[in-house]
Amino acid sequence: MTATASPKPDVIVIGGGLHGCSAALHLSMRGVRVLVLEKDHVARHASGVNAGGVRQLGRHVAEVPLSVASMALWHGIRDLVDDDCGFESHGQIKVAETEAELETVRARVAVLNALGFTHEEVIGQDELRSLVPAIADHCVGALVSRGDGAAIPFRTTFAFRRKAIALGARFQEGGAVTRLARNGGLWTVETADGAKYEAPVVVNAAGAWADRIAAQVGEPVPLEVIAPMLMITARVAPFIKPVVGATGRTLSFKQFPNGTVLIGGGLLGRAVRDENRTELDFSQVSVNARTVWDLFPCMRGATIVRSWAGIEARMPDQIPVIGPSGTEPDLYHSFGFSAHGFQLGPIVGRITADLITAGSTDLPIDPFRIGRFAA
Amino acid sequence: MSAQGSKFDFDIAVVGSGPAGLAAAALAASKGASVVLLDEQAEPGGQIYRAVTETPVRDRKVLGPDYWHGAELLGPLRDSGATHWPGTTVWSVARPREDAADGSRPIQIGLSRNGAASMLTVRHVILATGALERPFPIPGWTLPGVLGAGAAQVLLKTSGLVPSGATVMAGSGPLLWLLAWQYLQAGARIDAILDTTPRENWRAALPLLPGFLRSPYLGKGMKLMLDVRRKLTVIGNVTSLRAESGLAGGKGGEGVLKSVVYTRNGTEHRLPADTLLLHHGVIPNLNLANATGCAQRWDEQQRCWRPTTDEWGATSVEGVSLAGDGAGIGGARAAEEAGRLTALDALYRLGRIGREQRDQSAAPFRAALDRALTGRAFLDTLYTPAEAFRVPADDTIVCRCEEVTAGAVREAVRLGCSGPNQAKSFLRCGMGPCQGRLCGPTVTEVIAAERNVSPAEVGYYRLRPPVKPITLAELAALPKTDADIDAVFKH
Amino acid sequence: MFRRLPEIETASSTVAFTIDGRPASARAGDSVAAALLANGVTVCRNTPVSGAARGPYCMMGVCFDCLVTIDGTGNRQGCQVRVAPGMAVETQNGKREVER
Repeated sequence: MTATASPKPDVIVIGGGLHGCSAALHLSMRGVRVLVLEKDHVARHASGVNAGGVRQLGRHVAEVPLSVASMALWHGIRDLVDDDCGFESHGQIKVAETEAELETVRARVAVLNALGFTHEEVIGQDELRSLVPAIADHCVGALVSRGDGAAIPFRTTFAFRRKAIALGARFQEGGAVTRLARNGGLWTVETADGAKYEAPVVVNAAGAWADRIAAQVGEPVPLEVIAPMLMITARVAPFIKPVVGATGRTLSFKQFPNGTVLIGGGLLGRAVRDENRTELDFSQVSVNARTVWDLFPCMRGATIVRSWAGIEARMPDQIPVIGPSGTEPDLYHSFGFSAHGFQLGPIVGRITADLITAGSTDLPIDPFRIGRFAA
Repeated sequence: MSAQGSKFDFDIAVVGSGPAGLAAAALAASKGASVVLLDEQAEPGGQIYRAVTETPVRDRKVLGPDYWHGAELLGPLRDSGATHWPGTTVWSVARPREDAADGSRPIQIGLSRNGAASMLTVRHVILATGALERPFPIPGWTLPGVLGAGAAQVLLKTSGLVPSGATVMAGSGPLLWLLAWQYLQAGARIDAILDTTPRENWRAALPLLPGFLRSPYLGKGMKLMLDVRRKLTVIGNVTSLRAESGLAGGKGGEGVLKSVVYTRNGTEHRLPADTLLLHHGVIPNLNLANATGCAQRWDEQQRCWRPTTDEWGATSVEGVSLAGDGAGIGGARAAEEAGRLTALDALYRLGRIGREQRDQSAAPFRAALDRALTGRAFLDTLYTPAEAFRVPADDTIVCRCEEVTAGAVREAVRLGCSGPNQAKSFLRCGMGPCQGRLCGPTVTEVIAAERNVSPAEVGYYRLRPPVKPITLAELAALPKTDADIDAVFKH
Repeated sequence: MFRRLPEIETASSTVAFTIDGRPASARAGDSVAAALLANGVTVCRNTPVSGAARGPYCMMGVCFDCLVTIDGTGNRQGCQVRVAPGMAVETQNGKREVER
């Protein structure tokens, strides 16, 4: 069957995660007719269950310009999507547990400053204590990005979807894309429920499944499917505002306004993407718990009420694929955010819209081209 | 234990020491398997035979003969050689992971015992997690003084406590009548029983009556119900219920239960009450099975989710089987027989007995199971709670932990949430420490009703371990390999 | 409100403990939640969400409404812990502090 009830879309976005929804929103804002095809439901995977960090801090240098531009959108997120997305900005901090770690972060700041970016600063023990009174005594200092913060992932993705719909975008949930083909300047996209959709332009924002879309157009990519684990505590009295990470080990630690404390940092469970399923690895969860034990002694008696993992895509060089296809015209990729794509959501949707409607973007996306993996 | 010296701590772990778990553990161990029986309570018995070894209620006529039957399951367990770890909370059962070296499929169980967490490695797991009371979301059900009838029965069994002051029981189902009867035997005060069994259920159940007439429990059940009706004030055809506190709105202060308001034949009545005991049936306690990844289905007759099992209790996850009410409500005697069948199949899968021996040994248990289940359809149909008590009005709290109302769930549906998992992400319902046990069925039904589709289509929460909260300190102290720790520092 | 059946009241061995610092007694074998109810305490805590009062509801470890602080450790399920001689049970108000 062919979907005929509604006017033919100008763009089909494959994937209803934050990046797909953001592309749909920015395109809709420009009057482009968008259809989003989501195999499950919007924000089902990484976009709905990630840690919600809105972080410029500690990013790959190639991502920094995009991250800084996205941060500006986050600080006006209500204007963009009519919802504050639970965004709060109390800074992000990467603690240094040793003098050697402090040296590492000093060197990083020097590199960033040389490139003209000043959002990251090194702070000493005294300021660290005043920002994070609960931090363990042995921590000697930290790297801080004061404009950073955190938001609520599911609510954010839903807000992007809602605003996109309000501006005319359509969403079709519950059918995975099984086939993608281009004929006479028109893409035909088939889904598992037997439906066929057509549009001149396609965006591949299929997250952990994006390699399958790319493969259909002869662009195999070395995408790894991962399942970063998170856990959350019962509510405790508010005791910390910034989001805290560590320099020498993996951690993401933050307290929600409701009192629950979210603990993550990218330790991996197992992802079974064909079954939409993840399995937790408690020896790794335990490592994460041990880090918190060391850095926040006050948390030792806290109760963990839940743990989970989302399914995400990771690229070998830990940075995403953004930009036009290398093999087909009118196909644009936006995937592989390697467990830190949430903050980039608002800007990458705009970049994709720029590429589609204007043919170019003013942000440097060359490092993210899909061709970098070609032999 | 025979598995000693290998990477396996035990052949079989049985989770839960109610009738299904007791019978399964005893049978499996008696055939030579090394078995550990894990249970949260300090004493075996589960909820139905709670405190059967130590109840202070020594007058046997108070709790009745069905209760004391539980004691008969303990001897076989003792004699079987099974290891019994009471006071042990199981918070995770992982799917088996094939060991590349020897092709075995170990299953890891996360547990807490004496304040310390550890992992146990076994070949097979029998979940016997039993039932819990179906959530009964009425306005004011969160007020102190409102308890489940099952909870009140636990207080009686474990501590010999009965309500004092004005006491109202409300709802429907066999347990409500049983508790009222036990209170009568004990001389406890009950001011009224508000029967919410919908009148039309009798019509629907009538065609199933012949089956029920052959049920071994017919006589007993009828007798105690008639006893109760003769001696207590029973008010039938109750179509709405509300618990009210002394303070306006019942929020914010020390608001506790003061009265119960009910509707009968379109008219509201108010009863003073210090204690309100609610009950409208029990449903499978499926959190552990769900978190393990066992497939489950919506049971329209019992109006609940139940993990899918075959005739031997095997779930969709290899090496994990399920016995008793946790797999669908059948009652204590059925659970016991199902436990034995599950144990036989586990022994067969572990290669301890052959298929023929399994099938032969199973015959008497299967016959007993069929007998125990006779008439169940009649009871299920008769005691299906009215929609008004399953799908509450907007201002009623459905998620007790996060205080999310039915109205908020409906609003989330209007905003595009099509199932419980989206509602959970959106509203936090089901995210509190009870992990959806007290809201999951209601959230499913509210969404289904709002979308005008079947609960089967709406689905249920995807639950994740730990299925019971554990402390960060316990988690941090779990054994870790050097490789685990290296992985952290290379990031 | 709950009372002990008379046959038990006379036969049982009692355990002395405290509720919010006040001396109280229970029967050996009682859970903390049962001991609170037996002492006329129906409110265990005020919720961290709205501050509403809550008391024991399920008595079998599934509802988490009987959370109390026991010997300084918060958020313990009163229905799952047995009362012990000298135990200090405290009712909980809202979010408990970390470090407890």
